[in-house]
Amino acid sequence: MPSDLWSLYALMLKSRLFEEATAKLWHEGLISGEMHLGTGEEAIIAGVVSHLNDGDAMALDHRGTAAMLMRGVDPILLLREFLGYKDGLCGGMGGHMHLFSKEHLAASSGIVGSEGPAAAGFALAAQYSRPGAIAVAFFGDGAMNQGMLMESMNLAAIWKLPVLFVCKDDGWAITTKSESSTGGDLNERARGLGVPALDFEGCDAAKVWDTAGTAIERIRSGEGPIFLHARCVHFEGHFLGFQPIRIVRDPLKEMPKVAIGLTKSILRLDGAALSERLAGLKNVMSSVITTLRDPRRDPANDPLLHTRAALQSDPVRLKELEDQLEKDINNILKIVLGEVPS
Amino acid sequence: MKTMFFTQAADDALAQAMADDPRIVVFGEDIPLVRRDLLVRFGPKRVRGTPISESAFLGAGVTAAMAGLRPVVEMYMVDFFGVCVDALLNHAAKTEAFSGGKWTVPMVVRAPCGGGYGDGGQHEQSLWGWLAHIPGLTVVVPSTPADAGGLMLASLQNNGPVIFLEHKLLSESWLEFLGSGARKTVSYDIPAEGAKGEVPSKWEPIPLGEAALRRTGSDVTIVSLGVSVHRALEAAKILEAEGISAGVLDLRTVSPLDKTTLCKAVKQTGRLLVVDEDYETFGLSGELSAVVLEAGLSCKYARVCTQTTIPYNRNLEDQALPNVERICTSVRQLMK
Repeated sequence: MPSDLWSLYALMLKSRLFEEATAKLWHEGLISGEMHLGTGEEAIIAGVVSHLNDGDAMALDHRGTAAMLMRGVDPILLLREFLGYKDGLCGGMGGHMHLFSKEHLAASSGIVGSEGPAAAGFALAAQYSRPGAIAVAFFGDGAMNQGMLMESMNLAAIWKLPVLFVCKDDGWAITTKSESSTGGDLNERARGLGVPALDFEGCDAAKVWDTAGTAIERIRSGEGPIFLHARCVHFEGHFLGFQPIRIVRDPLKEMPKVAIGLTKSILRLDGAALSERLAGLKNVMSSVITTLRDPRRDPANDPLLHTRAALQSDPVRLKELEDQLEKDINNILKIVLGEVPS
Repeated sequence: MKTMFFTQAADDALAQAMADDPRIVVFGEDIPLVRRDLLVRFGPKRVRGTPISESAFLGAGVTAAMAGLRPVVEMYMVDFFGVCVDALLNHAAKTEAFSGGKWTVPMVVRAPCGGGYGDGGQHEQSLWGWLAHIPGLTVVVPSTPADAGGLMLASLQNNGPVIFLEHKLLSESWLEFLGSGARKTVSYDIPAEGAKGEVPSKWEPIPLGEAALRRTGSDVTIVSLGVSVHRALEAAKILEAEGISAGVLDLRTVSPLDKTTLCKAVKQTGRLLVVDEDYETFGLSGELSAVVLEAGLSCKYARVCTQTTIPYNRNLEDQALPNVERICTSVRQLMK
């Protein structure tokens, strides 16, 4: 169990390198469908997952790669799964949104909010058969508006289920800013359902580790569920190729695709008054403008840089660790693909 | 004659209807981005985004329709009906019957459906048979831009709830949004005539419940819908070279089902092949055989459907979904 920043950093960097390699393979067309990366939320995952033991369960969302990796699932099996190989983690049947490891009691789902009931069920089974074991649910702030997640918080509260609800709050529900999709305060919402809430910055791995450790200890002792609310950024937005980020990164290429339709809509006869149309235009552009000023573009919010800064007092050890992890990832790529893609 | 892309056509017909009828409002997740052109033309009062709360906003669509609006409620994908099916199953579908026919639910629910781009079994289902199983729901599955627009207009004019399913392989905007817009390294088997085609200069409604004969044939009738219509047409060309004359009937709506046209076509050929991207058992393909039997027709029957959870692996996925090869094999079998 990692109790120091070095181990947390190693977990986070391993995950970052793995997901960056994944992104490359996706862009090369070797991975099909959507691809949701967890780059930016590594501190939350590392700080929670490193407290888990055998018998603890994880209910993951569509962004489960980092948690699987940090929990100890073989990266080679994960990558083979992403590539759709028959010898992948799930026989090439699930892909990155539907990762399952029975051995780790870890199950993923592409259905937003379903992590709540899933964790409640894992926790119920733990209450019967594995006293002291817990279940963790990882989800985003968008999921907080799903009925089933709120229902499962209530269920966990009344049955005193050993669930750690972890909300990775990046301020977005897909392409919609949370302030225009979420009413009230998420911590108060959890408390209103009888689940104690702890709120903190999720880019500080040590802080997450401390907070999660205290919470998990209480849950293991039978006190019932706890809600962790941690803010983070997602460097790639909801998924790779996320439209608002594409527009910001390459406006000359992307804006014309959007602008032609919008201009026509402003000019077409039959429709709302001009003031309403301009209000509509403002609405459309606000997600792009918000992306421009997005905290995810600020390196200060990178949990890896944050942690790395604290380790720079020992540059030799840091370099050794980073070189080793880089070597490891290249090795994984070599084993899976036969070569390291240039 | 002008041409349009598939979703462009559906949106264009919707815009035409919105200009005529101020009661039409549009809402769903990420709608400010996904339907940005409608938002800018009709303003944020009529076109709005929602939280990821399908039970709430789909359920609200039902009563908003009952109280005088004509809501178009958008789901991200048909698969996510799993989260909120109560609004359809127990409310939208029941209101007219429960009120003694006095109260209707004029709501259109739009949802992308279908596979063929590698998103796996929780994001690529069809489910139209599952939805059409419920009395009181109209289920529409267009296969061309002209039908997407004409059926959209008819759906908006319908007084009961309509589920309007748009196949993602036909939809230029859904494929772009889901990732192909950011990379040129992937390709999909997109039927050209379904993705882009001729449309009328002004939209007229295409009556719900009327199938369209896409190709005449005297040996076998292939009945299909959505993307599979185009797979069937491709197969029919191959079979023609082998001396087999295959007709292709596009159902266009699952419910109400055009039983008359179906039976007429099957009576002529004596052979029925159903090509249905939805699950094979307990669904549309079996229903069509029942319709034919009930009409007292005897025919040879086979089906090409999705039998399992759709695999993530692209090759396995292509095998699981109806494809040209499976259709040809089944027809040859029927001809024996």
